[in-house]
Amino acid sequence: MTPSSSNPLTFQELILRLQAFWAERGCVLQQPYDVEVGAGTMAPETFLRVLGPKPYKVAYVQPSRRPADGRYGENPNRLFKHMQLQVILKPPPENVQELYLESLTAIGIDLRQHDIKFEEDNWEAPTLSAWGVGWQVMLDGLEITQFTYFQQCGGVDLFPISAELTYGLERIGAFLQDVDSIYDIVWARDPDTGSVVKYGDVRLADELQFSVYNFELADVDKAWKHFELCEAECKGLLEKYAALAKDQNPRPVSPNNGETRTGHPEKARFPLLAAYDLCLKCSHLFNILDARGAISVTERVGVIARVRALAVGIAKAWVDQQKSESVPPESALEPEPVSAKKKKSEKLVQAAI
Amino acid sequence: MPDFLLEIGCEEIPARMIDAASQELRERVTALLRRERLSGGAVTHFDTPRRVAVLAAGIAASQADVVEQVTGPSVNVAYKDGQPTPAAHAFARKSGVEVAQLEKVSTPKGEYIAAKVTKRGRSAGEILAEGLPKELSSIYWAKNMYWQKPNERFVRPVRWLVAMLDGETIPLEFDGIRAGKTSRGHRILSDGAVTIPHAGSAYFDCLRAAKVLGRGEREHQIRKALDAATRAIPGARWREDKSLLDTVVNLTEFPSVILGSFDPQFLSLPEEVLVTVMRDHQKYFAVENASGKLAPHFLAVLNTDSDPQGLIRHGNERVLRARFNDARFFWQTDQKKSLLERWESLKHVTFQKDLGSYFEKTQRVQRLCSWLSEILKQGGIAVRPGVIHKAACLAKTDLTTELVKEFTELQGIVGGLYARAQQLDESLPEATRFAIADAIYDHYKPESTDDDVPRSTEGAVLSIGDKADTIAGMFALGLVPSGSKDPFALRRQANAIVKVIAEKKLPLRLGDLMRDARAGYQRSEAEKKFVEEAKFDESVATFFRERLEFYLKDVCGYAYDVVKAVLGADAEDVVDAVQRAEAVKQVLHMPEFQAIGAACKRIRNILKQAGEKGIAVAGAFEYLPDSAPEEKNLAAYVGVNGPKVEALRKKKEYGEALMLLSTAREPVDAFFDKVMVMVDDAKVRANRLALLRTLLKEFSTIADFSEIVTENKSVLS
Repeated sequence: MTPSSSNPLTFQELILRLQAFWAERGCVLQQPYDVEVGAGTMAPETFLRVLGPKPYKVAYVQPSRRPADGRYGENPNRLFKHMQLQVILKPPPENVQELYLESLTAIGIDLRQHDIKFEEDNWEAPTLSAWGVGWQVMLDGLEITQFTYFQQCGGVDLFPISAELTYGLERIGAFLQDVDSIYDIVWARDPDTGSVVKYGDVRLADELQFSVYNFELADVDKAWKHFELCEAECKGLLEKYAALAKDQNPRPVSPNNGETRTGHPEKARFPLLAAYDLCLKCSHLFNILDARGAISVTERVGVIARVRALAVGIAKAWVDQQKSESVPPESALEPEPVSAKKKKSEKLVQAAI
Repeated sequence: MPDFLLEIGCEEIPARMIDAASQELRERVTALLRRERLSGGAVTHFDTPRRVAVLAAGIAASQADVVEQVTGPSVNVAYKDGQPTPAAHAFARKSGVEVAQLEKVSTPKGEYIAAKVTKRGRSAGEILAEGLPKELSSIYWAKNMYWQKPNERFVRPVRWLVAMLDGETIPLEFDGIRAGKTSRGHRILSDGAVTIPHAGSAYFDCLRAAKVLGRGEREHQIRKALDAATRAIPGARWREDKSLLDTVVNLTEFPSVILGSFDPQFLSLPEEVLVTVMRDHQKYFAVENASGKLAPHFLAVLNTDSDPQGLIRHGNERVLRARFNDARFFWQTDQKKSLLERWESLKHVTFQKDLGSYFEKTQRVQRLCSWLSEILKQGGIAVRPGVIHKAACLAKTDLTTELVKEFTELQGIVGGLYARAQQLDESLPEATRFAIADAIYDHYKPESTDDDVPRSTEGAVLSIGDKADTIAGMFALGLVPSGSKDPFALRRQANAIVKVIAEKKLPLRLGDLMRDARAGYQRSEAEKKFVEEAKFDESVATFFRERLEFYLKDVCGYAYDVVKAVLGADAEDVVDAVQRAEAVKQVLHMPEFQAIGAACKRIRNILKQAGEKGIAVAGAFEYLPDSAPEEKNLAAYVGVNGPKVEALRKKKEYGEALMLLSTAREPVDAFFDKVMVMVDDAKVRANRLALLRTLLKEFSTIADFSEIVTENKSVLS
C-alpha cells in the first residue's frame, strides 16, 4: 500500500513538481547556493532578500550541511546533508496557506485522504539574529514543512515581512514512496528501462565520508585558522564599508523623505555579498569544530556571538546599501512591474478558492 | 434586543493559547457592553484553532437616552429683578431648552441655574464598531506577530471577521479586515466560505454543517472516539492525559481518532521513553492492557472525519516506527559508555556561560548536598551519605546521552534508568545502587505544583541542592526574574524547593540554604562577576518570601492575611511557617484575635508616627510614679506572659501559645480605653512607647497580627 497513488513521484520529480508549482506562481527559480550552509534560510536569496522594502518571490533547493547530524550513513532517518526546498514570498499573499496546501496536491497528496495540521513552531536562529513565528506542518503525524513568518533578520525588523516555506524533501520523498529509509527513496527512474537510481546510490558515500571527516579527521587547528581568516576578512570588509558610508553620506537627510537621490556608486559596488560568503564560511567552520568536539564550554557561546556579529553587521550594511541605490529602486531586482504583479496575485486568490 | 456575533478568523492559533484568549475576548466584550450600557442576556464564547468568537444574546439595540442636569451661571448672574439676564438666555440656548424650563439648584457654593439635557443614546453597531478594535488588539498572546503593518499585531494573521447584530453587519474594521457575514468552514471537509444568516444559534448550526465544532463538542467527540477505538482491543484502556487532551482538542476543528499499532519488540524499551515519544512528540494517547502495562498500540487524534483507506493510520505508524527505532538506537548507543565514564564529559557541557560547566556544577551540588545532609542529620533525619554522594555525582551525566539530547524532557529519568540498568559500582549493595538510581530519576521533581516530590530523602536533598545551586548562581550574577521574564524558570525551581521542604518536613532555613549554595561558588571564575553578598541576601530573601507566600496561599489555600501575618514573623523556616499558618487559621475566628489584630495595627501606626516625627522611645518600660494603673497592669501582663508565650513558641506549641495570647485582649483594650500615649510629658510618652514596642514584639513572634484583616476596622484605628 502506498500513501498517495500507485505511482509515486521519484525524488527528482518531487523537486521538479514543486519548482514548477512555485514558478507558475511567480517565483524566481534559483539554484542552490554554492557555499556551505546549514539551512536554506542562510542562503543570501533568503537572508539578504528578506531585508529592505523590495518585494521578491523565490524558490530553490538548498542542500544543507549539519556536520553534527551525520550518522555515517547508518541511520535511516538522519543525514549530515539534507535537502530543503525553500520558498520565500515577500510580502506573503493573503492566501499563503491555501497556496501551500495546493502545492501538496501538486505533488500527489490528496488532502481528503490525509490528516493535515498546522502546529505552533516558532523559528529562531541565534547565529543570524533572526526569528519568526509559524508552524510545523504535520501530515499524518510527519513534519513535512516549516512555515515561518519572518519578523526579524540580522537583528533588523522586517518590513514587509516574508513567509518562508521550507519543505523537507527527504521526508516528503520517503512519505510519498512509503519507504522506511531515506536511502531507499527512488531518486530517478529511467523511463525506457524502468531501472531506478536510489538516494543511497547518489548520496551514501557522501554521508559516510563526510561523517568520517567531520567527526574524526577534520584538522581542528586548521579549521580554527580558516575560521579566523574568514572572520578577519569579513570584519575588514565591514569596516571598509562603514568608512565608505561615513564619507559618502554626510548629509543629514532622511533617506525616506522622497527626494531624488543620485546614488552612491562606490557603495553600490561594495562587495557585501562577498562579506556574507565569508560569514557563511565561519558558520560552517564553527559547525565542523563543534562536531569535532573542539569547542569548549567557555568558547562556545563566544564563538556563536562572533558569527552573529558578522551576520548582524552585514544585514545592517546591506539595508544601508539598498537604500542608497539609485532610483528607481525596482530596477534589476524587481521580477516584474508592480501593476502586472497585482493582477497576477488577484488571479491566484481566485484560483485558490 | 438584537443578538450580537463577533468572530475573528485567523490562521491556526497555537493550541496552548486558545482557551485563555477566547475567555479574555468574552470578558472584554462583556465589559464593553456593560460600560456602554448595552448589556443584555448571556455572553458565550466559541473557539477553534482558526477562530475566536463571542455571541451576546439580546443586547440593547442602542443606549438608553440619558437625562443629565447641567448647571449654568449662578442665580445672581442669571436673573436680575426676577428677569432672566442674557447669561440665562445664552445658557438655555446652549443647553437646548427654553428659559422657562431652567431650574434652580442649591450647591454648597450657592444657588445656580440648571437645565435638564437629554443625551441621545448611540446605536450598538456604532459603539461596537468603534470600541472593539481596541479590545481585540489588547488580547494577550504569549507571542504575537505582525504581517502587514508593524503596529497591527495579533497571534497569527487575521483573515476574516464576522460582526453582526441579528442579520446586519456592523461596520467593524480590524487589522485591515472589514467585517462581513462570511465565516469559513473546515479547511478540508468543507467548501470554505460559510455565510452566517443571523447572529445567534444559526452561527453554530452553519459551522457544524461546515464541519467545525466548538470546544466542548470536540472534547466529547474525541473522548467518545478514543473509547470506541480502544474497544477493538479486549480489556484495553487509553491512558487519560488531561493536558494532551486539551492540546488535541485545540488542534482540531472536526476530530476523529485512529488506532495504530507498533511492533511489540519496542516494548523492551522503558515505558517512560515510549510514552514520551508518543505523547510529547506525536501527540498520541498511550494504550494499556488490563493489568496497566503498556500495549503495542497508540491513538492519534485527527483533524478530519475518517481514514477510509487506512492511509493516515499507515502514515502515523510509519512515523512512530522511525521514532522508536531512533530511541532504540540511542538507548543501545548510550550503553556503550557508562554514566561513570560520562562524568568527565560534563566538562564540555555548559551549565550557564558565566557559571561554567555541568562538571563544576556537579562538584558544587555534591558539596552542598553533603552540607544539607549534615543539617538534616542534626534534625534527626537520616541521609545515606553513599547514596547522596554518588547520586549528586551522576545526576547530570545523562545530559551527554543521545537519548536525552533527543528527548530533553526525559533528563533525570534517563539517568535513573541507566543507573539502574548499568548497576554502577559492583562493590555497592543492590539496595544502595537502586537508591542512587531513584534519587537521580527523581531529582528534577517536582516539575510543577501538582507534581510529586522525590520519593526518598536523598532524592529530596538532591532536588533541593541542584535547584539551590542554580538559583544562587543566577541571583549572584544579578539574573533575577522580573515580571514575565524568567528565562531560567527560577520561580518554578524555587517553588519546587519550598514544596519539597514542606512536604518532606525538612529542617532547612531558606536564607541559610541560599548562603550555603552561594558559598559553593567560592574561588571560582564566576565569583568575580557576583554582586555583593548583602544585595544577594536581600534579593534572594524577597524572592523566596514570594515563593513561600505562593505556596501557603495557592498550594495550601491559606487566606492572604494569614499568610502575610505568618511570614511577617518569619519567612525562613518553611515547615514552621506551615504550622504557624495552621495555628493562626484555627484561632482567627475568635473575637479576641480580631481585637488583637486591630490593636497591633494601632500600635504599629503609633510607633510609625513616633518614628517619623523623631519622638523618642525609652530603652525599656519602667514603672514610673505617675504610670496609669492600666499601664502598669499591661506591663505586668507582658512581664508574666511574654516568657510563657516564648516558651510555648519554642516548643512549637503554637495553638497553646495563641490561646495564651488571646488573654491579652482585656489588658490591651483597657490600656487603650484609659491611657493616652502621645502625651506632652516626654518621659511618660517615651515610657509608654517602650511598653507598646515590647508588646508588639511579644505578639509578633508567631504571626504579625497587624496584617490580619479585621472585620471592625473603624472601631480602633
